[in-house]
Amino acid sequence: MKTYTRPMAGWWRRNPYYLWYMLREASCLFVTAYALVLLAGLFRLAQGKQAYEAWLQALASPLSLAFHAVALVLVLYHAWTWFRVMPRTMPFLRIGGRRVPDGFIVASAFASSIVLSGALFIAVWQL
Amino acid sequence: MSKTIQIECLRYHPETDTEPHYQTYEVPFTDDMSVLQGLQYIKDRLDGSLTFRWSCRMAICGSCGQMVNGVPLLGCETFLRDYYPGKVRVEPLNHFPIVRDLAIDQSDFLTKLEAVKPFLISENVPEKGTFRQTPEQMEDYYQYSKCINCLLCYAACPQYGLNSSFTGPAALALLHRYNADSRDEGTSERMKLVNAEDGVWGCTLVGYCSEVCPKAVDPARAVNQNKINSAKDYFFRFFRK
Amino acid sequence: MAALKRSNKPVFWSLFGAGGMLAALIGPMLIFITGIAVPPQAMSYERVLVFARHGLGKLAILMVISLFLFHGVHRMYHCLHDFGIHVGPGLKALFHGFAVAGTLVAAYLLIGL
Repeated sequence: MKTYTRPMAGWWRRNPYYLWYMLREASCLFVTAYALVLLAGLFRLAQGKQAYEAWLQALASPLSLAFHAVALVLVLYHAWTWFRVMPRTMPFLRIGGRRVPDGFIVASAFASSIVLSGALFIAVWQL
Repeated sequence: MSKTIQIECLRYHPETDTEPHYQTYEVPFTDDMSVLQGLQYIKDRLDGSLTFRWSCRMAICGSCGQMVNGVPLLGCETFLRDYYPGKVRVEPLNHFPIVRDLAIDQSDFLTKLEAVKPFLISENVPEKGTFRQTPEQMEDYYQYSKCINCLLCYAACPQYGLNSSFTGPAALALLHRYNADSRDEGTSERMKLVNAEDGVWGCTLVGYCSEVCPKAVDPARAVNQNKINSAKDYFFRFFRK
Repeated sequence: MAALKRSNKPVFWSLFGAGGMLAALIGPMLIFITGIAVPPQAMSYERVLVFARHGLGKLAILMVISLFLFHGVHRMYHCLHDFGIHVGPGLKALFHGFAVAGTLVAAYLLIGL
């Protein structure tokens, strides 16, 4: 049977749903880059006070601030999509025979994030 | 004076064409007409050579799946009034080879459907009477049993489009439907397929499959739930007898 | 259908998942703290050194760096595939090897503090 197969090139540009998916995927670049920034900081820390303070200085540069601002937005988007997809990665949860609604799972995940982030914030500024 | 809408259809006749082209038809319509009815008007009154699949007209047979303005939909439950006065572009479901006009070659899916063993496997069929299930046991698999094999999810899935060896949403959802059924004992037989690279691991949770499913099967859930099962199977296999 | 060989994805996927969960839970706040706010007291050399010398501090730093890397490389690898670039075992080894390397460097540095 003679059939025609359409090319896949540019598939992700043909539907807004796919564009948002690609944005979610792109967040990984910033997660990786941020880990490398931390690794660099660790390296500088190991080298001594002067080296570490040079790293802190670099963090204050406009390039670094711009990078972290974009990273913040994209990692927030990652978190948003990650939590919203969580119910789909788990089997049905039941408590007392009744199903735990997906919305509850998502809300709990967001709540956990807020609590943990808040604890981190307090730890850094209060301690 | 009745309203008319422009329906642009992909045309491809393998005996004469090397590649598809588009043809636009001016179709008079009323607000209750579906895209399918628009296609039927074209075939009945304007161009008898237009080829497309359809059957029940009520979203249960799964035959009339099409790309309508780039979105996989069932023609019978998509309405022309929602596109008017714009043009309606109808193309065959993405990611499948085109056989003729709006009809695609589904044989790849049918092979995969067979491979997942979509039937109850049980040594313990009751001699008298029927199996019994609690409402919770039925809830565990019920939504996955509503699949009408319409293939909208395959048209939605870019991973299937990029790699047609991927088992795909509907086949994996049906696999899960049987694994999750308390009457079934065939999970271990199906695990080989689940654990394969083209099993659940071909999925990157784009999630569009579940968005387009007309029956709320939520194939994304079926596939991704089984990533945990597959991982458990992977890590704990040495602790089993 | 393709060969039904058992995939090794679960290993990488589990690391990806752990990293993704960590990044989702505290990633934004971490980025805000270390990259935007940069509190001079909390992030001073002396304070950070104390933290990094503590057993739990070491673990925390290692987990963040390592899991973020494993999450990132797994997704990057799949992104290439999504763009239609042919990805084989070579690229897979490169990406995950990079995450392993990062983990080992971090561990080495932390142990030495």
